[in-house]
Amino acid sequence: MANALHIVACAGIVPDPLQTLEPTLAPTGPAIRNEMVLPAMLDPWAACALYEAASLIAKNPGEPQNPSKLWLVSLTPKAKLQQVMMTVAQKLSFELVPIDGPIGGFTDAHSTAAILAETIAALPGLDRGKLLLFGGWESANRGAGVTLQLIGERLGITDQFQGVDQIELRDDGPFEVLERVEGGRHQVSVCAGPPAVLGWATGNLPEPRNNPQIGMDNMRTIMPVLQKAKTAALDTNSLRYVSATLPAQQRTTRVVKDMHPEAIAQEIVEWIGKDS
Amino acid sequence: MESVLILTHADETGAALTKPSLEAISAGLELSTRLGVSIAIGVVAPGPIALPKSLPCAVVAVSGEAFAQPRYATDAAACEALCRAQKPSIVLAPASSRFTRVMAGVAHRLGGVIDTHITAIRGHAGIEASRWLYRQRIEAVITRDARPWFLLLDAGTHAAFTADPSAPAVTIEKIHVDLPALRTTVTGIETPKQDALTIRPDAKLLFVAGAGWTKKQPDGQVRAQEAGELILGFLRASGASLGSSKSLVDQGEGQGGNSVLPFLTHMNQVGQTGATPRHPKGLAACCHGEEPHVIGWRFIAERRAISLDPNCGWTRGKADVVYIADAFRVMAKVNELLAARSQS
Ligand SMILES: Cc1cc2nc3c(=O)[nH]c(=O)nc-3n(C[C@H](O)[C@H](O)[C@H](O)COP(=O)(O)OP(=O)(O)OC[C@H]3O[C@@H](n4cnc5c(N)ncnc54)[C@H](O)[C@@H]3O)c2cc1C
Repeated sequence: MANALHIVACAGIVPDPLQTLEPTLAPTGPAIRNEMVLPAMLDPWAACALYEAASLIAKNPGEPQNPSKLWLVSLTPKAKLQQVMMTVAQKLSFELVPIDGPIGGFTDAHSTAAILAETIAALPGLDRGKLLLFGGWESANRGAGVTLQLIGERLGITDQFQGVDQIELRDDGPFEVLERVEGGRHQVSVCAGPPAVLGWATGNLPEPRNNPQIGMDNMRTIMPVLQKAKTAALDTNSLRYVSATLPAQQRTTRVVKDMHPEAIAQEIVEWIGKDS
Repeated sequence: MESVLILTHADETGAALTKPSLEAISAGLELSTRLGVSIAIGVVAPGPIALPKSLPCAVVAVSGEAFAQPRYATDAAACEALCRAQKPSIVLAPASSRFTRVMAGVAHRLGGVIDTHITAIRGHAGIEASRWLYRQRIEAVITRDARPWFLLLDAGTHAAFTADPSAPAVTIEKIHVDLPALRTTVTGIETPKQDALTIRPDAKLLFVAGAGWTKKQPDGQVRAQEAGELILGFLRASGASLGSSKSLVDQGEGQGGNSVLPFLTHMNQVGQTGATPRHPKGLAACCHGEEPHVIGWRFIAERRAISLDPNCGWTRGKADVVYIADAFRVMAKVNELLAARSQS
């Protein structure tokens, strides 16, 4: 297939899920205590989007004079992004477009989307007619699932898909998309072609292995752009937090040892049958 | 003065509203009564629809064949038209896959703001909404002055509106929509392979299978086939919905996303990078109960687990009861007991 693709993947960074998170009050509102020093990773569903993007481009490289391209746009503190890039950059080739901004999930999605849309619209060499805007369908911090949609609206893209697990390009330009819908099913749609927005769920690809050679090639361009990253401040759009608290998590657990499997089964069946 | 619009949509038959739509109606009625403000209901449906009787407010609807397909361009245009007709300051809508796909776009078109995954709405003077951040780890209460403010309500957080059958049928005002050129066609719905619909959002029980089912057992054997039969047998007998840990579904990577248990996909996955379902009870078997998994259990009220490991995560305050036992033996017996019950 000769049609080149211009894929822009949007991804933030989030704390490693094995970390304990504790809310605290910063001058700007609620925050996670010490979030800047917690080990971080690329937002998982956005990472799936990035892997799917790289795979799609590998299958559809375009032509030498008109190649397919992959940008990774990230609005996040650049020092933290640099740490995360040490591993992500070893997995696949992309052009990083960093915007230095605040960390965390308490920020307003509308402001984030406005800055990302402005940045994408100004990407040198981006052909909007070829654009597939990728990202996770929800982040692991704010988890609102609205940022991509808002960017899409700002860029005038009205073919949008969320909870995507699969895309298949057809030879003559259209593509088929599978989106998650209720009851563990997929809705199948056919779109005439780019531009389109795809908010990814897990997809079908494993995490690519680290390849130090790809890492070295990527880092040559990543380090200079990180240094030059523009800084963005985020508007709250009147979003105010009345409270942000940890739920009472601890249950009193009854640990049952040495009970015969038959007796356990009996107890479970009774419990299932009881109205709660 | 606030005014509330509840956006709703038809179910797959096109003839009735979805349950989450009815839940949004309850939430909206509650809110408008508390604030003493006006309320209206907007409906997106392909054709005539049976609305619950006794709706105490105006109903506006868009209809046409184009709305038979849940699709961004048409659904966004429909919701935009309903909002422009009603000019609400607060818009409530169910967080269905259909409305989640479009509602942020609609809020943007109206110059408004949106918050999603709302689990409760409170407040008398102002409006305060609860939602979770960091994948159900932190609960926040938020408010905004900007209007219109769109709030997408998570399914199962409000009781569904029930009609008074003796009340007169409601009248519906039709709203015209200018449709954009359409570039997307919905061609169908794919159900899981083998037609095993294992995800049942309305089930009373969530049964979660962990990677232990396919691991070498103390007798040195891997008993994946037997595990599959036990799990499916239990789902049939109990009507439970099936969840999975990440480790178990990931075992199928490279096989089209399917686990070694062929009826499991990533859509069954519960946790940090999976679902956060709502069921009154949950039973985990052969799952370790690590934090990235257990945060997917946030909305499961009663929790029990079966694990061989007395130090598994469940024993550390994450479940109400943990049975330290062999899940193969326990679940075989559970299936037997359930089968005997259904025959008696
Ligand atoms: C970024 C990130 C995101 C993640 N997201 C998720 C997520 O969304 N969901 C998720 O689940 N995990 C997630 N994880 C992974 C998580 O940390 C755990 O690794 C995973 O949940 C472990 O799965 P498990 O408990 O099924 O398997 P294991 O840890 O292998 O545990 C198997 C358990 O089965 C028990 N067992 C074995 N045989 C039997 C038997 N016969 N009877 C009874 N018990 C038996 C064992 O004792 C053991 O406790 C994530 C991790 C990361 C880093």
